[in-house]
Amino acid sequence: MALSHLESLEAESIQIFREVAATCEKPVLLYSIGKDSAVLLHLAMKAFYPAKPPFPLLHVDTTWKFREMIEFRDKLARDLGLDLIVHINEEGVKAGINPIDSGSRLHTDVMKTQGLKQALDKYGFDAAFGGARRDEEKSRAKERVFSLRSAEHRWDPKNQRPEPWRQYNTRKRPGESFRVFPLSNWTEADVWDYIVRENIPVVPLYFAASRPVVERDGALIMRDDDRLPLRPGETVQHRMVRFRTLGCYPLTGAVESEATTLAQIIAEMRASRASERQGRVIDHDGSGSMEAKKQEGYF
Amino acid sequence: MSGDLPAAVAPTPRAETLLRFFTCGSVDDGKSTLIGRLLYDTNSVFEDQLEALERDSKKFGTQGDSLDFALLLDGLSAEREQGITIDVAYRYFSSKTRAFIVADTPGHEQYTRNMATGASTAELAIILIDARKGILPQTRRHSYIVSMLGVRHIVLAVNKMDLVDFSRATYDKIVADYRETVAGLGFSSIVCIPMSARDGDNITARSTRAPWYAGPTLLEHLDTVDPSFADRSDAAFAMPVQWVNRPNLDFRGYAGTIASGVLRTGDEIVVLPGARRSTVARIVTADGDLAEAWAGQAVTITLADEIDISRGDVLSAPTHRLTPRRSLLARVLWMIDEPLTQGRDYIIQQATANANARVANLHHAIDIENFNEKPADALSMNQIGLVSLACDKALVVARERGDRELGVFILIDRLTNQTAGLGVIDLDAATGEATNDIAAAPPIAATFADKLRAHVGESGTPRRAAFARESASAMGLAALLGVVAGGVSGNVAAGIAVTIVDLIARPTLRLLIARADALPDDIIDPGAGI
Ligand SMILES: Nc1nc2c(ncn2[C@@H]2O[C@H](COP(=O)(O)OP(=O)(O)OP(=O)(O)O)[C@@H](O)[C@H]2O)c(=O)[nH]1
Ligand SMILES: [Mg+2]
Repeated sequence: MALSHLESLEAESIQIFREVAATCEKPVLLYSIGKDSAVLLHLAMKAFYPAKPPFPLLHVDTTWKFREMIEFRDKLARDLGLDLIVHINEEGVKAGINPIDSGSRLHTDVMKTQGLKQALDKYGFDAAFGGARRDEEKSRAKERVFSLRSAEHRWDPKNQRPEPWRQYNTRKRPGESFRVFPLSNWTEADVWDYIVRENIPVVPLYFAASRPVVERDGALIMRDDDRLPLRPGETVQHRMVRFRTLGCYPLTGAVESEATTLAQIIAEMRASRASERQGRVIDHDGSGSMEAKKQEGYF
Repeated sequence: MSGDLPAAVAPTPRAETLLRFFTCGSVDDGKSTLIGRLLYDTNSVFEDQLEALERDSKKFGTQGDSLDFALLLDGLSAEREQGITIDVAYRYFSSKTRAFIVADTPGHEQYTRNMATGASTAELAIILIDARKGILPQTRRHSYIVSMLGVRHIVLAVNKMDLVDFSRATYDKIVADYRETVAGLGFSSIVCIPMSARDGDNITARSTRAPWYAGPTLLEHLDTVDPSFADRSDAAFAMPVQWVNRPNLDFRGYAGTIASGVLRTGDEIVVLPGARRSTVARIVTADGDLAEAWAGQAVTITLADEIDISRGDVLSAPTHRLTPRRSLLARVLWMIDEPLTQGRDYIIQQATANANARVANLHHAIDIENFNEKPADALSMNQIGLVSLACDKALVVARERGDRELGVFILIDRLTNQTAGLGVIDLDAATGEATNDIAAAPPIAATFADKLRAHVGESGTPRRAAFARESASAMGLAALLGVVAGGVSGNVAAGIAVTIVDLIARPTLRLLIARADALPDDIIDPGAGI
């Protein structure tokens, strides 16, 4: 009996989770509430069953996530009985960093990248699971499953450890850590197919609904609260929209859609000629943008 | 994208079979261009990615105003600036019949380790050759590594045919040269295709510029090739224990990924190394207990008996094809600057086990020009050699060559933690290590007798029987063995016998001992060693 494509992806991810549990001292799962995180968490629950995953969840909250994301996060952690650590970069908050006035680049750097590094250092985590996939972005396509980071959390793309077969070298010096990507070989389509197959709950924002949006710089930005000031001439319209990826609401473009069921979402995705990251402002603020962020310690 | 879509569009059916392949060959032969072209021609590139490609082609491209398809793959800024591939890129796409995972690997010799990473999990290799240049040293090196890593299916892509006017003579010569070069490498299929990756000839569409070529396009071949997926479910059950699941005192499960075979509840299993036995009580998954599980699945097993099992042990069917070894013979590809030398210690990581491994012997290196063996004092980066390793504990390895689960390992440098080498275990070649291996043994008669006793075993033990079997069949030296074995188990005769042996028959004895050392450690006393 050969395994189906999804079954082998699942088995590979579970193996990665267990390898970390067996060889690292203090792992943590970076839970960012989106569909990839949902699949990641589901796989973690499976990998250690009947035990609970032997690590907590960490959410680096930029304070600009969609409100529905935060509600979903808190309920899920409660339902599953898992430890959830929420970390906010308070220095950034004090300095008044926000995605609207500071620009996407500075906001992401301070609230996400620096926030993440603070949290990892504060708790001394030596391995952090992330839901990144190689099909998302061209520099991600180059990253290993076990991505070694220096004590300063830097990625050295030119000096990655070979990973022949599924032999992961998990040795590191004190202070160094790993970012671990169990979904490396999954595509967006695989993620949705698996969500259907396993009946995994996802944030309602992925489904189309009438939502208040403004058209800004060619994107549809949802006005999730009144912290988003309207520019001259902008009006809030209610349109049927949904999101392909979720991030900070002022930086995440919606797509117009009528898809209210998983089957419809999948049909739309397969027919789409645009990549899911198109709606993400942060990927486009400079060439080699993602790679540069990763070198600075971003996921 | 609203309104008109959902109800009408049925989800594309998912391709059931999956083929993993990769590109390799010399620098600039067009590997990344080829994969980029393949993605483009199969509609696997999103519109926003295409727009980015157009922008990038103008900025970094090598093709003037046309698209430089390599930029779809070369995603690191250093790669784009230098116009070369540094690290392997993975891409995922499907045709109507198959799903593909493709790895685009670097041609640069300096990054051979990354090429090997891409090759290690693939079933098929596309080896590119620049039609103007023919076979280069890197073509040979990559072909050897491909063969060593167990890839059996080759596509020889004779690329840049547009630069040689699609000359049939040029193509035919390269094909003939290549077939001759790799004749001894054990490939089961070599399909040769003339192409232009840049222009798309014979990638997904048939070239009009090479009417003399009647074979398949690249995609046609990828769609139909039968990679004879080794169905690992047919072999005997084996599962390296990855993690022990112990949430409370009432549950003790062994978690791991099944390397081969099928497991059913109630099956008898053996725990290796050692010979502890039990039966499978439950196969636990989050979706409920399973009645059976097979190769590739990640499961948690509970046993009927309380036995001490830890990470690195292997659960297997009693009919397994595994053997615990402390000494290994293996072909190693070296991947770091600091060379491998005899006597050095590394950490060996094999399946889920770890041990200290000393390089007992570096037998030879492979000359990449002609694949001949050549003497070597060290393996430098990117070299391949045959090595004997002495481990400080028994590792459970596959008896058959080419097992990608239990027949392979990596070596880790203790000081830097770098992944220093990768190895493929070669038990069949055990005779090759005989004479050299023992050279380090102290030539003192007394210790020699002790060691001999340790190796031959006390009479009546399985160890002695195994030694006798092995030596008799392999050397045809039963008579000598009788003298020696009798001498060792006796008392007065011992010194005499060993002296005689030491003077006259020492080379032969070395061979005998080496053979004994290659016996399974569950028969041999694990304390024994040279
Ligand atoms: N004329 C012509 N040029 C080609 C063809 N294929 C690739 N090239 C060019 O050859 C150069 C090298 O192509 P790449 O695809 O980067 O080569 P590569 O094999 O991936 O190189 P490395 O990964 O660095 O080893 C580029 O300038 C390509 O545009 C072809 O079929 N015809
Ligand atoms: Mg390349």
